[in-house]
Parts: sequence; structure tokens; C-alpha cells
Amino acid sequence: MRVWLPLDSFALAMGGEEVARAILAEAKARGVEVTLTRNGSRGMAWLEPLAEVEVNGVRHGFGPMTLADVPGLFGDLAAHPKALGPVEELGWMKGQTRLTFARVGVIDPLSLAEYRAHGGLEGLDKARTMTKAQIVAEVTDSGLRGRGGAGFPTGIKWKTVSEAKADRKYIVCNADEGDSATFADRMLMEGDPFTLIEGMAIAGLACGATKGFVYIRSEYPVAIRVMRAAVDIARAEGVLGKAFDMEIRVGAGAYVCGEETSLLNSLEGKRGIVRAKPPLPALEGFMGKPTVVNNVISLASVPVILAKGAAFYKDFGLGRSRGTIPLQIAGNVKYGGLYETAFGLTLGEIVDRIAGGCFTDRPVKAVQVGGPLGAYFPRALFDTPFGYEEFAAKDGLIGHAGLTLFDDSADMLAMARFAMEFCAIESCGKCTPCRIGSTRGVETLDRLARGDADAIPILTDLCNTMKLGSLCALGGFTPYPVMSALTHFPDDFARAKEAAE
Amino acid sequence: MLDSHVQSDRIAEILEAHIGLEGPLLPILHAIQAEFGHVPESAIPQIAAALTISKAEVHGVISFYHDFRERPAGRHVLKLCRAEACQAAFGNSVAERAKQKLGIDWHETTPDGAVTLEPVFCLGLCACGPAAMVDGRLVGMLTPKSVEKLIDEVEK
Repeated sequence: MRVWLPLDSFALAMGGEEVARAILAEAKARGVEVTLTRNGSRGMAWLEPLAEVEVNGVRHGFGPMTLADVPGLFGDLAAHPKALGPVEELGWMKGQTRLTFARVGVIDPLSLAEYRAHGGLEGLDKARTMTKAQIVAEVTDSGLRGRGGAGFPTGIKWKTVSEAKADRKYIVCNADEGDSATFADRMLMEGDPFTLIEGMAIAGLACGATKGFVYIRSEYPVAIRVMRAAVDIARAEGVLGKAFDMEIRVGAGAYVCGEETSLLNSLEGKRGIVRAKPPLPALEGFMGKPTVVNNVISLASVPVILAKGAAFYKDFGLGRSRGTIPLQIAGNVKYGGLYETAFGLTLGEIVDRIAGGCFTDRPVKAVQVGGPLGAYFPRALFDTPFGYEEFAAKDGLIGHAGLTLFDDSADMLAMARFAMEFCAIESCGKCTPCRIGSTRGVETLDRLARGDADAIPILTDLCNTMKLGSLCALGGFTPYPVMSALTHFPDDFARAKEAAE
Repeated sequence: MLDSHVQSDRIAEILEAHIGLEGPLLPILHAIQAEFGHVPESAIPQIAAALTISKAEVHGVISFYHDFRERPAGRHVLKLCRAEACQAAFGNSVAERAKQKLGIDWHETTPDGAVTLEPVFCLGLCACGPAAMVDGRLVGMLTPKSVEKLIDEVEK
């Protein structure tokens, strides 16, 4: 009997470890031989822990599993109260285009044999037959842009590093996924770590770098454990070695270290203070050497691009947003989780059709797109197609593609205040607009909350200063949630005024 | 309390094990904290000497990062997510109940030293919030009621 039960954090947070132990105990008690694979998550968070049992070669899902549901897995499966049918046939799975996440939830994350059997290492094998310039051209032609949020063309960054002259170069993977509503990096590292390793090895070949680092935030203990184990396996099996090797490094709870220059300082053992650019990290990065800093999903998308070709990848998407994007749907949501699809769905399709609205069954009031630095979108903007330029045109951003749903009980003035408070807590302190502006922002929003409408022009001016004068996206983008809340939900700000009067 | 010689010997071992890394300071601080539960003040001159940097720089790094403690935490650490997705799922009411039940605020430890309460900004469990981490164990979909139960379990 073959059974899968995820080791993914979603599953563990919902009692997955206990369910896994119960499955083994039940099998032992019944004298049934069970092969239990701890896979990644399929991304359907509301079904976790999701057990899968092989029936005539097809994997059937059962979830969300509780301890009481375990014995039933050994009986009449069709009659199991949590039976979902074949997992691949579920609407959530069938609607997706899984390129980067093709193997997540499917394979044993730490089996290199299963990785190979599912197309793994094809990209690296191909890259080994190509010149540096050819690999860079392939990535450039795919249209892949930085999935961490900035959206900078990955191939252009690689080209700069590849052509730079230096005795040492580095590939740094930014796995400091600190944005609320984002968990794609975590799921990829927990569910298919070899894809990231392969992507980094390809980047190493393309740029002439022999050393890589993955900087993972300390809030991700499972991802850290899986990545460390995967690197050891990859080294033992010769995927990593003399030509390219890598280390897993752990952050220390500073949100700002998700900013690339701050991350590099942290990696060097310094305070995670943002560096002024130029010089670009591509020319003077880690230890002053040319360095590629890419997000997990950017690097993990490279193997499929090399394996299937730039044209295949580029064929998905819209406008200048090419390929697929793993949407992460979160917050007050009925069907939350990870949904990989081509760019171009409208926000409304994502929120209403895929996510099914709020779990409270109340109307969706606002969706914050792109994490704590992303704008709050009202229903009036739900026709916005999911793409970098399309969201920028509406004074928003897609960021790392996280979406947080709020129902009509949300107080947008409070959320605007929280954005400033968060910026004040996490500011590295290097530049004045962010360091001081965030604290003044909290005070100004408190004035508004007391009904002082004169604070509105001050807040607007402050946001403008932060936006134009901050060194990095923390201070520079905090105005997005604040100003979008003020612009799209004026009633929440007016209510305070009315109450004061 | 550890004998100070034993402590400095162990720190010397940690320094020795990490000194060859490129940018060794964060791995060193993590290792020291894993060993002692915090980064003892007495470690600072030892680290500074080994890495040939100033004590002020070591202190600056320790104090910059939320993770590093200059004093030991309670026997258990409860981290509750305060980020937007967990707020959307009514995490604030969970946090309020936890504070009430423990009788402490953020960053404080109960008088008996049992539980330290800390905010965390995202555990990557945003589709099954409100989320928490208790001594490294992840918990999702908390309610005011279930967080009380969780605290009871931890305190036992």
C-alpha cells in the first residue's frame, strides 16, 4: 500500500505529523505493509493534511485528515468520509499550468531518483552542452522576470554577471520570503528542493560562478531542514561539487533582509543595512564580487526553461509578463493555497472563481496584492489582469504574487496604520524617509483615527516623500498599502471623522 | 548557570568550527544561541577577537536582528503571527486572548518563567491562519479558544 502525507508546513501546522504517525501505527496494528512518502503540498491548504493513497496506479486524495479518519484509509476507500477522488482530477489541480511546481506534492522531495524520473536535471544536462552566452540568451528569451517582486529581467542580470571579470563570482538565492501571503518559496524548498539546486547550478554555469548561497529566513524551519538534506544528497550524488557548490544560510528575523543588498550584508555577517546602488550587486555584490541575487521561484523556473526551451515558456502569459506565476491566495479565504497559472487572469477571477471568496461567507472588501508593501484593491478594480505592468498602471504591484483577502469587517484605516507600524519595526534605519517617516506615519494615522481630517494632506505628502526618497522598497513601497487604503476606502477614514464630530 | 570557563571553551569550539566560512558571524551567533539559549554578553569580546572586528560591531549585529537574545527566554516561546494574512483571519483576537491568558504583553515572559510571548511577521502559513509557532512547532487556524488550549498544553 502506497500512501503520501505531506511534510509541508501547511500539513504540519494542521496536525500532519500526528496523522503520519497514526497511519504507520494503524498499518502496523493491522499487519499491512505501507510505504509512506512524505511529499510536498499540492497547494490546497484547506485540505491539509491531505493524504493520498494509490488505487490502481492513481493517487486518490483524502482530506483534511484528522486522527479519526486514519483507520478508514485501510477500509473501503470509496466510502471514506474524506474521499476526494483522484487528486489530479480536482478542479483546483486541473485549472493550473504547473511548470515551476510540476513536481511539488508529487515526488518525494529528497529522492533524487524520483526527481530524475519526473524530468529533473534535464535542464542542467542541456546547459552543460551550451556556452555561457547561450544559456544566458535562453533565459533572456524566455522573458523570465524576477519573481521576488521587482520584476527585473533575469537574463539581463545574468548577462551582467556573466560578462564581469573577477576571480570569484557568486549565485545568491534570496529565500527570505518575508511578505505576508507568500509561501511559494517555502513550498518549493520543502516540496522540490532539487529544482532550486538545479536552477542555481545552471546559473553558476551561465555566469561562471562556482559558489552559491541560499539565504533562508529562520521562520522556515522545515524548508531549512529539507534544503540542507537536499544539498547533502546532491553533493553525494555529484550534482554539486567542484564545478558548483552551495551552502544554506539562515536569516535572523529581519524583514528588510529580503531586500537584496541588505541580504548581502547579512550574508557577510553584518547588520542587514541596505546598500546604496550603484554599484549593482551584479558587479559588486557578496564580498564585493559579481553576484547574481535571484528569488527562489526565479531560479526554480530556470530548469524547465532550459529543458523545454525559451519559446515554450514564453508562450504563456500576457504583455511583458511571460510564463507562469504561482499565485498564493491567503487571509480570509475559502480555498486558499498555491495556484500556478499563466499571467493574465483578472483579480476577480482569482478572488471569486478560484479562491471562492471569504471563509466568513461575507463580501470581499479588499485584496492586498504583493505582500505588506502592496496596494489594497477594492472590487472596483477586480478587472485588473494579473501582470507586472497591469498592476503598476493601477498604482499597485504584484510583488511575489501573494493575495490577502479581507471581508467587509476589515478596517482599512487600521490596516494603513499597521503598514506604517510594520515599516517602523522593520526599517534598517539607513535612510531618513523610512526610518523617521514610518513613525511619523503611525502618528499621522492616529490623528486621522481621532477624526482630524487635516492630517490627510500631511499623510499624502509624507507618503510622497517616502516613495521618492527611500533607498529601498521597504520605505519606498509602504505608501502603496497606505495610499490605496485612503484612496479606495475613504469611508473608513471618514467614519473616524464623523465619530469625532 | 554554566561555569564561565566551560562556556568560553564551548564558544571557542563554535568559533573554530565556523571561522573558515565566508561571512561567519550569523552562523556563529545562531550556533551560540542554539547552545546557550541566548548570546551571552561574555561571548562578545571572544567573537570580536576571533573575527578581528570591534566589540561594537558584534553588538551591533546581535541587536539588529530580532532573533538574537541577550537574555534567556522563558522555558517555552510562543510566537504568534501578526502579519496581514493572519490579521485578515482574525489573528488579533487570538493575540488578545493569548495576552490576557498569559497576563503579559509582546516580548514579555510570564513571572514563573514558563512562557515568552513574541510577535512574528509571517510563518508562511498564510492560507491557514492565524498561525503560531510554539518551540519550533507550527500551528494553524487558531481561534481564541484553541490558543487558550495551546497555552494550557505548553504550561503543563
